[in-house]
Amino acid sequence: SISREAQLFVEKFEGALGKGKGKKFYAYKVMMTKKWMKFQRDFENFKTACIPWEMKIKEIESHFGSSVASYFIFLRWMYGINMILFGLTFGLVMVPEALMGKPYGSLPRKTVPRAEEATAMNFATLWDFSGFAQYSVLFYGYYNNQRTIGWLKFRMPLSYFLVGVGSIGYSFMIVIRTMAKNANDDGGGDDTSFNFSWKMFTSWDYLIGNPETADNKFASITTSFKEAIVEEQESRKEENIHLTRFLRVLANFLALCTLAGSGYLIFFVVRRSQKFALEGLENYGWWERNEVNTVMSLLGMFCPTLFDVISSLENYHPRIALRWQLGRIFALFLGNLYTFIIALMDEINLKARYLLPFTLEEEKIVKYNMTIWEASLYNGTIPENSTAPPIQVDPADVPRGPCWETMVGQEFVRLTVSDMMTTYITILIGDFLRAVFVRFFNYCWCWDLEYGFPSYSEFDISGNVLGLIFNQGMIWMGSFYAPCLPAINVFRLHTSMYLQCWAVMCCNVPQERVFKASRSNNFYMAMLLFILFLSTLPAVYTIVSIPPSFDCGPFSGKTRMFEVISETLEHDFPSWFGKVFGYASNPGLILPFILLMV
Amino acid sequence: VYRLHGRYHEMAPNVVPMDYTRDPDVKLPMQLIINMPELKENPFKERIVESFSEDGEGSLSFNDFVDMFSVLSEMAPRELKAIYAFKIYDFNTDNFICKADLEKTLNKLTREELTAEEITLVCEKVIEEADMDGDGKLGFADFENMISKAPDFLRYYFKKQ
Repeated sequence: SISREAQLFVEKFEGALGKGKGKKFYAYKVMMTKKWMKFQRDFENFKTACIPWEMKIKEIESHFGSSVASYFIFLRWMYGINMILFGLTFGLVMVPEALMGKPYGSLPRKTVPRAEEATAMNFATLWDFSGFAQYSVLFYGYYNNQRTIGWLKFRMPLSYFLVGVGSIGYSFMIVIRTMAKNANDDGGGDDTSFNFSWKMFTSWDYLIGNPETADNKFASITTSFKEAIVEEQESRKEENIHLTRFLRVLANFLALCTLAGSGYLIFFVVRRSQKFALEGLENYGWWERNEVNTVMSLLGMFCPTLFDVISSLENYHPRIALRWQLGRIFALFLGNLYTFIIALMDEINLKARYLLPFTLEEEKIVKYNMTIWEASLYNGTIPENSTAPPIQVDPADVPRGPCWETMVGQEFVRLTVSDMMTTYITILIGDFLRAVFVRFFNYCWCWDLEYGFPSYSEFDISGNVLGLIFNQGMIWMGSFYAPCLPAINVFRLHTSMYLQCWAVMCCNVPQERVFKASRSNNFYMAMLLFILFLSTLPAVYTIVSIPPSFDCGPFSGKTRMFEVISETLEHDFPSWFGKVFGYASNPGLILPFILLMV
Repeated sequence: VYRLHGRYHEMAPNVVPMDYTRDPDVKLPMQLIINMPELKENPFKERIVESFSEDGEGSLSFNDFVDMFSVLSEMAPRELKAIYAFKIYDFNTDNFICKADLEKTLNKLTREELTAEEITLVCEKVIEEADMDGDGKLGFADFENMISKAPDFLRYYFKKQ
């Protein structure tokens, strides 16, 4: 009888086509509706296909769960930010200088010094970012302090300054905006009254016709069930409160001990390296020279595993355990970073303490040296105090002043590159070789490699997320001194995405207990915001209080870098504008304005 | 409907006549139907065909065939879809979805990847959530009540013609 009803329905539908007035219009309307719905569906598909890597991430999500996928979604978001930063630095700083600035070799600051010329093109030197790489648009020192360059009268120093400040401002804005948006989404909450029933009866997509899609769908359904089961099991767990509390206190105590131990170790090693530096590095071998870096990397590799073991005492819901893990590793890396900065600042201070009070002196000294040197070129044939015709001297031979900004930029670039290499090698060895070993040696090994030790590795969410966040902190800190950093980072994130997607699908296994990621990524965003704030502090400090090097960079010759703004106001804008800006820049007005925006 | 007839015909050209005015009694066996591209990947394909077949064995006459596609199409009303969905998930055709039916559904959905205790847990939860009259299994009223609140139900039961 039901099928009879259905038959009548179909006939009625057919009848509307076959008889009655306005049948043509009805048919047309139906056809248009169908076409419109098809178009909408195709457009949705197109929009989804346009999002980069969407299919890869969905595949990972169906096999490994939403928490692993959330890392990749975060990676993709960071890639977007870095693209914009790259666009800013490339388009507004590097390209104008390359096209319109004075070419290589025309100025002393743009040329490799004679002493280094022999090795300037070696691969080793280039890999270390000295030699030709150092004297190019990639670093701060190359830029000239000419107020305008080229036929467009492009204001280079102003652009450099504004791009630096603008990148930081943009980053703040977008992180805060994403947090606000996520906070709104979070309030929705999900209706879980029929959670399992809906999963059971409505998860299969009847439109699937492709076997691969079907595979993914099965995997995603299974993962979704497993996640829901974990949630259910957690909510049913009975707790022996006292034992749990005691274990948690013990675990936190152990974690604090580890953090203190690692902090002391780093402090000790840095002290030793300063002692080595004072005695001259040539007396020591490879270990002493790289002690700080190696110790920091080793700590970064082993302490998180230790934290993992400690957290098994705590018996939390996996999502909360992940947060504690992230927090502890965050504290560990923060300690590392802080020490690294102290070391760097120490180096600068070492030079600055001896140089800053003498900078003016040094300027005079260097200039005096240069006049003596020029005089020596004339061989004393022309008496002093007369205007001699300018001699054409090759810029490579001119003595230079120190350029600490380029040095800082180089340090950051080297750190980023070595970090990238370490990550890739760890993935290849730790995951891929391990998987190959387990798979192929399992036949001739005494115990079952796949179930016991070492077995396949799981995807380490916390380590990877933190690595990403700290890497971004490096970029923010260093991009003022080395405009090439965002470009390097875009390349790094791009390759990272492909490499890690492949590694996850090929060498990792899903975790034992697959859990649902928290609805918003706000936890990651909060850490990112904190790091952003920390990383912009050094750059802001140097802009505001340390005078730029007198011999290199777009701000040479000024007492403070931000003077470029006041100079622009004086020269380029009509005088009334300057007055208005003077009133507007009254802190009393700016502060409320900023607060309002936030 | 003519397109459907074309599809029906091409599955077994020597059996299905082109001319239906004399209402011949032709049935296609299940094996042919579940090899159609729309149904091939579906874990519930046997149940779908069985629930539309008049003799309960899985052979579909052309009328049954049309019925099946019309219910699965976009135009069918929600209540009709719910009725047939209930039939599909009711493996032992006793007009109730009992625990054994749920276990079979779950196994088909996850291709038997879950352990026995996970399966038991899920089935218990489903009955706990949806069973309103407390008889330990889902009657049609329970099923209808639960499905009507589901946001995703209609989305997955569309069919392109």
